[in-house]
Amino acid sequence: MTFAVPANLEAEIDELVSHYPQKRSASLMVLHALQDHFGYLTPAAMEWTAAKLGLQPINVLELVTFYPMFRQQPVGRFHLKICRTLSCALGGSHELHRQLCAKLGLDAHAHGAQTTKDGRFTVEFVECLASCGTAPVMMVNDDFYEGVTPQKADEIIGKYTS
Amino acid sequence: MPAVEHRLILKHADTPGYTPDLACYQRHGGYDVLKKALALAPKTTPDGKTLSPQEQLRQEVTTSGLRGRGGAGFSCGMKWSLVDRKSGKPIYLVCNADESEPGTFKDRQIIYKDPHQLLEGMIISSFANDVRLAYIYIRGEFVEGAKILNRAIAEARAAGFLGRNILAAGFDLEIHVHRGAGAYICGEETGLIESLEGKRPYPRIKPPYFPAVLGLYQCPTIVNNVETLCHVKHIVAMGGAEYAKLGTPNNTGTRIVCLSGQVQRPGYFEVEVGKATLREIIFDPAFGGGLRDGRKLKTIIPGGVSSKVFKAGEKVKLKGRGPDGKETVNELDVLDLPYDFTSLMAAGSMSGSGAVIVLDDSTDIVAALANISTFFAHESCGQCTPCREGSLWMSKALDRLTHGGGRAQDADYLAKIADNIPGGRTICAFGEACSWPVQSFVGKFKDEFAAKGAADQARRQNNGQAATKT
Repeated sequence: MTFAVPANLEAEIDELVSHYPQKRSASLMVLHALQDHFGYLTPAAMEWTAAKLGLQPINVLELVTFYPMFRQQPVGRFHLKICRTLSCALGGSHELHRQLCAKLGLDAHAHGAQTTKDGRFTVEFVECLASCGTAPVMMVNDDFYEGVTPQKADEIIGKYTS
Repeated sequence: MPAVEHRLILKHADTPGYTPDLACYQRHGGYDVLKKALALAPKTTPDGKTLSPQEQLRQEVTTSGLRGRGGAGFSCGMKWSLVDRKSGKPIYLVCNADESEPGTFKDRQIIYKDPHQLLEGMIISSFANDVRLAYIYIRGEFVEGAKILNRAIAEARAAGFLGRNILAAGFDLEIHVHRGAGAYICGEETGLIESLEGKRPYPRIKPPYFPAVLGLYQCPTIVNNVETLCHVKHIVAMGGAEYAKLGTPNNTGTRIVCLSGQVQRPGYFEVEVGKATLREIIFDPAFGGGLRDGRKLKTIIPGGVSSKVFKAGEKVKLKGRGPDGKETVNELDVLDLPYDFTSLMAAGSMSGSGAVIVLDDSTDIVAALANISTFFAHESCGQCTPCREGSLWMSKALDRLTHGGGRAQDADYLAKIADNIPGGRTICAFGEACSWPVQSFVGKFKDEFAAKGAADQARRQNNGQAATKT
């Protein structure tokens, strides 16, 4: 199967590339755009990016393997990212992580991101989300939630399961 | 006099009804300072030299004494004065909005609530430094923040504050938003530049790669923090000398302090630099409001997780000058330290990015350090062996120690690794950043680390003996 980027997305990407005197600079922005659209970055997406920016595919792969926000596997439709770092840990992020895993039937002790069997939810610990004064905090896809008490966590999950 | 908030940067941000759009910003005097800056005429000094508007603006920033709010506290005027203006190459301005030092959440407030203030600061700073193309490097997790900034940029362009011939003053400038993708090291300015060039954010070695000379695309580049750039606007509005009256000598202006951890009222407070002590920030009802009921202070992380911690009750010595001009040495409780760049550095730590994290006596100090070390092990870019390996060894040892696998010698083992990472053995200051918490936690709470390790070891030996018997 060939990798097809819709015309409007390609136009958006071309606009992003025009922001830089050197095309390579647009790498992260292009990868964000592709990941937002396709859900994750396949080898074909990376080759397409390389061709677009006049790079070798390795120049793109080395970014995808370095930057934590890029992924080469699909995640659930709702990607829950819970802040693990100090202020949130003091504010109860581990309890929050356990609560969410229990609620969704996931193993809180397993390493890395966990996805439910139906592919609906992924739960993952991430590093500091820069809102330490309202710990614990989490993101669901691009939406940000702060001061997530156990009750609030239930409400958030409820919102995405309904 | 009790400390009070002095809101300059966040003057409007939390006012009910204040919105991040251009119309609201302009109703509150937005872009008036830019108009003032662009209308400046060349000025002749008493000694007969003519100063261009740009030179006058840079002079004001130098006079203001502004120190960078990103972490290092380096003089902004000095940073600008180091820019190579004779190379014939374009000069770039990059706003560091990576805000990734754990404990810090001040730039978020500016970006989300008052984005035009940042843009105005950037446009003035760009004009002052002959910059035609500027970037805002925003951390990838600020998805909404990037959208807010893009909307603000579009509004500013439509209103003639960005683009070609800004306010008919013959000045052109474009600002673009560049999103990071979750890597802490992008907050280091040369790593940020590499990332902006589309590469892995491996920090560059200095010399020769000082951004002021060889920065983005090997061109002179200024990298300033969000809050720093906002201050530039207020410096130009007030005049550098007037701005310098805020705060304390060599620690001028205001700064946003981020308070988190185990306090009654975590949050952010804008204060005149050095006019509030750590005690006031943590305990004053107008600030942190003290600890939770029945709790005692255990330790303070004064400037983001990479700063060295203070232990409650610790005494620090500060040098000063008496009324007769003689040097005096003042011993005071760590809580009575004025929260400024100089005092914290003199006390052996730093105010860093303005992030104060409070730990009370319910905290397992070993677990707290393990949490910090996991962060650094995750975020080391891996270029330099001492940092890549050292941060991981420390994290693994602490992980063992928090999960019952400690050894009696672990405290010494951790200290030894931490002592062998910093001090010029790594390309960037991450080496220091990952070592300082370990050195200070283990140094100041050695008994707790040693006791934990010894207890684990004794338990294993007992279990072993029990196992042999059966």
